Amino acid sequence: MSRALISIPASVSAGEIFEVKVLIAHPMETGFRTGASGRILERDIITDFSCLFENEEVFRAQFSPAIAANPFISFSMRVKKPGTFRFQWRGDHGFEADEERQVELK
Amino acid sequence: MIENDGLNRRQVLGAGAALLATGLSLAEVRASFARTMGRVVVVGGGFAGAACARALKSVAPNLEVTLVEVNMTYVACPFSNEVVVGSRTISQQYFSYDKIQALGIKVRIARAVAVEESSIILDDGTKLPFDRAVLAPGIDLNFDAIPGYDETAIERLPHAWKAGPQTELLHRQLQAMPDGGVVVMIIPANPYRCPPGPYERASLIAHFLKMQKPRSKIILLDSKDSFSKQKLFSQAWAEFYPDHLEWVGLSGGGKVASVDVRDMSVKTDFAQFQADVINVIPPQRAGRLAAAAGATDQSHWCPIDPTQFESKLRPGIHVLGDAAIMGAMPKSAFAANMQAKACAYVIAALMNGDRVPELQLINTCYSMIGYDQAISIAGVYRPADGVLADVPGAGGTSPLDAGADFRRMEAELARGWFSTICDDVFG
Repeated sequence: MSRALISIPASVSAGEIFEVKVLIAHPMETGFRTGASGRILERDIITDFSCLFENEEVFRAQFSPAIAANPFISFSMRVKKPGTFRFQWRGDHGFEADEERQVELK
Repeated sequence: MIENDGLNRRQVLGAGAALLATGLSLAEVRASFARTMGRVVVVGGGFAGAACARALKSVAPNLEVTLVEVNMTYVACPFSNEVVVGSRTISQQYFSYDKIQALGIKVRIARAVAVEESSIILDDGTKLPFDRAVLAPGIDLNFDAIPGYDETAIERLPHAWKAGPQTELLHRQLQAMPDGGVVVMIIPANPYRCPPGPYERASLIAHFLKMQKPRSKIILLDSKDSFSKQKLFSQAWAEFYPDHLEWVGLSGGGKVASVDVRDMSVKTDFAQFQADVINVIPPQRAGRLAAAAGATDQSHWCPIDPTQFESKLRPGIHVLGDAAIMGAMPKSAFAANMQAKACAYVIAALMNGDRVPELQLINTCYSMIGYDQAISIAGVYRPADGVLADVPGAGGTSPLDAGADFRRMEAELARGWFSTICDDVFG
């Protein structure tokens, strides 16, 4: 199981711009490094991140091997109605992590 | 693998300079350096600078050696974490330069403010001419790194990362804290002075809380996920302080976004912590003289040639200790002391026109995990590919699961190490 941290306000005003911050614990192994045995360590990265609001995609990012371990991203968002944000990470070796947060209107 | 026989390490410290693979006996080296003439100015009277001045005078007695230091009394950092929890007094950390002066080294208590082509400029305008100079200015704290933490904040949120009044302030705050209080410690990313230092301090504070304020705890907010002697520290914390110490690493959201002096709170990107005592160990850089001398690069540390500690940016000037980029070698008192002795031989050889000895350096570092138990790490380093690199297979840490007797023995060795190195440099 992966561990994700999410910072998003619990309630906002309609149309107000707010910041969303997410961090997920992941080694982001590049696939270019040699391990203790001298063999190349197999690539193990998160490849895709997406954020959905009420099942509609509102933000997406693609990660490359150049992204550091424990990827942290922040982005801005605004909503006109209350609803559920869904955060999805997908990666090598079938990696999947999903989180949800509810945002209310003030 | 160096076995965990601390006795060997203590002997090693005493024999420090002998580890140089000079190919000559010490007596031969000394005889050759007896004719070495000239002026060397060493700036910074800590475990690097004071030791280097002393070693220079010892290997090349006819050299004119001047040591410039801003404080009359040196306050040693190793073991100052015991002052933080009150099991040691600050006066036990004080050392004077009297003995060094008695050895024929000129000691100037002044602030060096600039380094010209061949002289050091002091704050009173004095020029100290040199043939070679050694800079060992230690560290300065980056007050622009954590929003809310500037020079004025240290009176409320001590860093205690330079031993002295700050150490005592943190001690007083811990003493005054009510039972049930929260201590937050903020730990920087690498590099910084004394890599295991924050974790030793946290262990001692946790021990102090467990004994004296058992409803309190310490929370470590760390800007990294892995650190020196991590397995040993983690094991000790789980065993001794499960209710008194909580570590939050980078991937757990441990990186601090800001501190608020007024309402005593710490914010990360994901959480806010309310605290009674906040110990901020901010990111660091080489002491300011290094930058004034033009010896620092964009990292704010000093790149050096690892074969002779000479600045890559200021030829003729050697940089030692915490201020320099020493590759795999950590910023520790032992490392600084070892570099200082080696550098003294290098300088004497350079001034003599002799071949510079090949270097092999060692570091040992003890950390207290409680009032009477300690762990240790040792490493061996030599120049390779432009940096000081780990010698593979050499060094190591105390074993995991070693048991209380072993850890108590290491605490004794740690105390022995401290008195040996202080005697070596100041006694």
